Amino acid sequence: MKTALPDGLIVVAKADCPTCRLAEPLLAELSARAGPLTVYVQDSAEYAAELPGTLYDATLEHSYRLGIEFVPTLIRVEGGVEVQRTYGWHKEDWRQLSGVTDLGEDLPVMRPGCGSKTLEPGIAEELELAFGDIRLQSREIDFSTVDDPFEACFERGWSDGLPVVPPTPVRVLRMLKGTQRKPDEVVGLMPPDLVPCTVEKVAINAVLAGCKPEYMPVLLAALEAALTDEFGLHGLICTTMFGSPLIIVNGPAARAVGMNSGVNALGQGNRANATIGRALQLIIRNVGGGRPGEIDRATLGNPGKYSFCFAEAEDSEWLPLAQERGIEPGRSAVTLFPGEGVQGIVDQKSRDPESLARSFALSLRAVDHAKLAMAGDAVLVVSPEHARVFIDAGWSKQRLREELDRLLLAPGKELVAGAGGITEGIPERFKDMQVPKFRPGGLLIVRAGGTAGLFSAIIAGWAASGPVGSSAVTREVNT
Amino acid sequence: MNENRVLDPTAEQAPAQRARLPRPTSVEGKVVGLLDISKPRGDVFLDRIEEQLAAMGIQVKRYAKPTFTRIAPTELKQRMAAEVDLLVEGLAD
Repeated sequence: MKTALPDGLIVVAKADCPTCRLAEPLLAELSARAGPLTVYVQDSAEYAAELPGTLYDATLEHSYRLGIEFVPTLIRVEGGVEVQRTYGWHKEDWRQLSGVTDLGEDLPVMRPGCGSKTLEPGIAEELELAFGDIRLQSREIDFSTVDDPFEACFERGWSDGLPVVPPTPVRVLRMLKGTQRKPDEVVGLMPPDLVPCTVEKVAINAVLAGCKPEYMPVLLAALEAALTDEFGLHGLICTTMFGSPLIIVNGPAARAVGMNSGVNALGQGNRANATIGRALQLIIRNVGGGRPGEIDRATLGNPGKYSFCFAEAEDSEWLPLAQERGIEPGRSAVTLFPGEGVQGIVDQKSRDPESLARSFALSLRAVDHAKLAMAGDAVLVVSPEHARVFIDAGWSKQRLREELDRLLLAPGKELVAGAGGITEGIPERFKDMQVPKFRPGGLLIVRAGGTAGLFSAIIAGWAASGPVGSSAVTREVNT
Repeated sequence: MNENRVLDPTAEQAPAQRARLPRPTSVEGKVVGLLDISKPRGDVFLDRIEEQLAAMGIQVKRYAKPTFTRIAPTELKQRMAAEVDLLVEGLAD
């Protein structure tokens, strides 16, 4: 429904606005001398009540449809079309607009008005939901009979085990303001149930997770990356192994939303890191139906299945992960990796790159199992103090990776099944070969962490890495 | 903010209102719990139920709440959930 604009003058006012009170005595004069006058009052049935054209706009629908930002607002309508408006009290404007040339002789020249009630926090979103163009498609669940909405969310199975924020329509609308994408746009088919996941469902789960609206572009990019065939989310959800999506964020978007790439980057305490990763997990759970014990068959899982998301601490002397993977400098991107937990590398003695690289290589052998090779990929998270050892010696990330690839070649005879008295191992046919630990491109290197500590970390990938299972996927963050 | 209405975060493949568990088609082979909420003469009702179930060869376990004025203690609820397939309780006196 559109409010039909009545010809003549329209005044929108608030009784508790002093400027509206100042102009109130003039309204009878306007009504008598300037043609039909309609007065919409936002907060009271008492203001200008004696005038025939006064209407208490209790639902604020008229004010909303007129797009009122300030009170008083004076509008002239001709032939059902607005031709002019002014707001606050400006004597000259009111006189010119109304045609009453001696209006308000005794009043000051100018008084600013007040903000419209339609723009008050909470009210603006309710009005947009009631009268705006937005149409949310998700069904509403009635919580009026429950005494605690937080408990009701648990009971409905929407939680990962921690409290979630009840996704009221107002909160979801605010979340949707974080993206320019339409609520009904389908981001992709969400495994394991393969149901279309709309931007609106993403927003609802982002509310549950505790996201701010400004995180939406990062979350949407992460979801898009997760839904590629290359990433293979379906298998990753269902596996008995440990892995789950890890989100690594690069570029200005990470700084803009306040993500942590520094002290405790892989840990708790930063809202963006915690809730972006959590929102993706809740989408898997709620939209995709990927719940542990049902289709998620993880033997042990890992704590990152609550949330695993951090930003790279980009350094001008080391190429950021996103740029290594084809993203233009200055752009933001997410890289999804099928990550397990965090394994620390403690090396407080190496001060030259050769020693530290050998140290990293030895530790990286433990990915999956020291006797397995070309199974799981890995992310090597190099702390700033360790990175400094390489950078000072002129080693780029690429140089470090090449050295590690070389150092991680191992004689097949030491890795084959049965070698070392351990039945686990690679097939016998490799016994006379030098075997690389990782498949080509299977080792990712990022810089993150606090500036104190000669510690780095390994995040092992899914043992079914590569085309057989899951590969890391990078997607640019848009709006 | 009104928290009485929320938007469904799921794929909406289950009904908005959760259905009750289906009634069992038979009690055969089931362990039946009888919960006395400690209202007067609840035991009379439950004794008779036990008698009839026992005659059908059904295994019965008896429980009692300390008082009808309070909800059952958590430990009692957990024990009943772990030990029986069905529960019958006598509500009024």
